[in-house]
Amino acid sequence: MSIIVENARKQFGDFVALDDVSIEVRDGSLTALLGPSGSGKSTLLRVIAGLEQPDSGRVLISGEDMTRVPVQDRNVGFCFQHYAAFKHMTVFDNIAFGMQIRKQGKAEIKKRVNELLDLVQLNGFAERYPSQLSGGQRQRMALARALAVEPKVLLLDEPFGALDARVRADLRQWLRRLHDEVHVTTIFVTHDQEEAMDVAEQIVVMNEGAVVQAGTPTELYDHPATEFVMNFVGSANRIGSLLVRPHDVEIRHVKAEGAEEAMIDRIVHLGFEVRVEMTLADGNPLTAQLTRTQLQELELEERQIVYVLPARAKVFDANGGSPRTEELALA
Amino acid sequence: MAASTSKNIVKGGPVARIGLRSVALGYLAILLIFPVIVVFYKAFEDGWSVAWEAVSNPEAQHAIWLTILMVLVAVPINTIFGIACAIVLVRHRFRGRGILNAIIDMPFAISPVVIGLSLIILYGSRDGWFGQDLAAMGIEVIFTPVGMALATMFVSLPFVVREVVPVLEEIGDDQEQAAATLGAGPWQTFWRITLPSIRWGVTYGVVLATARALGEFGAVSVVSGRVAGSTETLPVYLRRVFESFNEAGTYAAAVVLALLALIVLAAMNLIQRRDRAILAGAGVAAEATVVPHTDVPDEKESA
Repeated sequence: MSIIVENARKQFGDFVALDDVSIEVRDGSLTALLGPSGSGKSTLLRVIAGLEQPDSGRVLISGEDMTRVPVQDRNVGFCFQHYAAFKHMTVFDNIAFGMQIRKQGKAEIKKRVNELLDLVQLNGFAERYPSQLSGGQRQRMALARALAVEPKVLLLDEPFGALDARVRADLRQWLRRLHDEVHVTTIFVTHDQEEAMDVAEQIVVMNEGAVVQAGTPTELYDHPATEFVMNFVGSANRIGSLLVRPHDVEIRHVKAEGAEEAMIDRIVHLGFEVRVEMTLADGNPLTAQLTRTQLQELELEERQIVYVLPARAKVFDANGGSPRTEELALA
Repeated sequence: MAASTSKNIVKGGPVARIGLRSVALGYLAILLIFPVIVVFYKAFEDGWSVAWEAVSNPEAQHAIWLTILMVLVAVPINTIFGIACAIVLVRHRFRGRGILNAIIDMPFAISPVVIGLSLIILYGSRDGWFGQDLAAMGIEVIFTPVGMALATMFVSLPFVVREVVPVLEEIGDDQEQAAATLGAGPWQTFWRITLPSIRWGVTYGVVLATARALGEFGAVSVVSGRVAGSTETLPVYLRRVFESFNEAGTYAAAVVLALLALIVLAAMNLIQRRDRAILAGAGVAAEATVVPHTDVPDEKESA
């Protein structure tokens, strides 16, 4: 089921949470709403779910206008950052809740709950209470609960935000595979660009209550529409008016045409990758990303003076014109 | 070894430990346990038959029955009102919320005698503000059980609200929102999610309100007119018997009052234990890696 939001506005007191936001999400896709905190991404998700009413604008789910439909009649699956597990119910009853509300038969409910327990890998946990589960298990239970009612769309609000790094990484992979199996149109909110790039087919970048850019992870990374996107999706350095990705910084020992002088402050080894932290002559910091091999060939050391050249860079106009990409030929 | 060392750091040395316990237990003994034992002892000093006679005469019987009636009227009404009021206070944002919040505590602050007098001013059948009209319709409030029930409701009003508000605040509204996304309407959400989550707050509030309603003297005494065998609750009866130097009767009636309160406490403990047994039956205690969740803060469970 496709999701369309048209010109949504939402204000909390003086704070504009959504400022004329429009997005379109394809049927069966997996989309990330990415942005810093306060960018309006959670509000947008809650507007789609019906947990929040937009001041103006429309929400369409598979072509049907849902703007005034109350949350309990929208048939959306929603997962909360802190799981919102029903603490006084067993895992079984948590997952069965939506089906019991819909007055489905006992045998049918039991069969479906067992299928879902399989799907979220919680077999054998049916009679436990949420307090006996780990954070990752609780979130999987919450997902099963949301999927139990066969929702038209699945909405996840920072689903892995409260989990530790290792569990997060596992659950990301798992969500990806789950989506391949159940194919329900899914939107998840995250402030973690790596998570968005890793999981989503489409990313909608938001800032200050507005959509900045929407596209595939590759499109956003290679063709960022604004400086904000370039900084937020991946990282970027500033050399004069140029914005340069760390892996596009060339380091040389000899001064060349257009090269800037920099001093190496620190060399950080991150496994196969190496991060070289430098300070430019004008005092601005600069980070370059190299492979181990490159580092060995260059024989870099801390406190060394080197010359840096951007191999590829972008320039954004202050007045929001389309960015220019400069491919600089290496001397 | 490490465990016992850290234990000692927390609990102090043996002298401090025993000293602290003595203070706690001694305080309880002097203020609570000793007076209650004396009441029980005095009641049965002259034998069971004297005590039984003192509480089985028609006036005492009527007082016991009327006291229970007051509880049966005031507590359910205050429970329903208390839950509704707590939900409004915690979940809704509106003008005057702060004032409502303050007004609920008024029965704590105002002397029961003042409450009784204000009820007379309002409902007195000769010159009360509403009393005259009500009397014209044949409804007498003051000097009847109706007024006594009003007084009892007034003094026992805040307990359920005050116990439920912090529990509602702690659980947040995530679970209620989740229930709504799963298709539950407001009523279904209340019965299936909210009420089970706040049940311990409600239970504790009910016990406190019941205790207050059972023991209320001041407000009830003022509006009752103290007619023996007609508008006397147990505490009012108790005072009359006490003032007529009927020692055995006084203490026997006091024992009945204490027993009524103890029955309520015991009932709460029983419900609580059964609830926990259900959790334990699911294997909570044995397998839990996380501390099992109970909805009531610890300090309240010992009550």
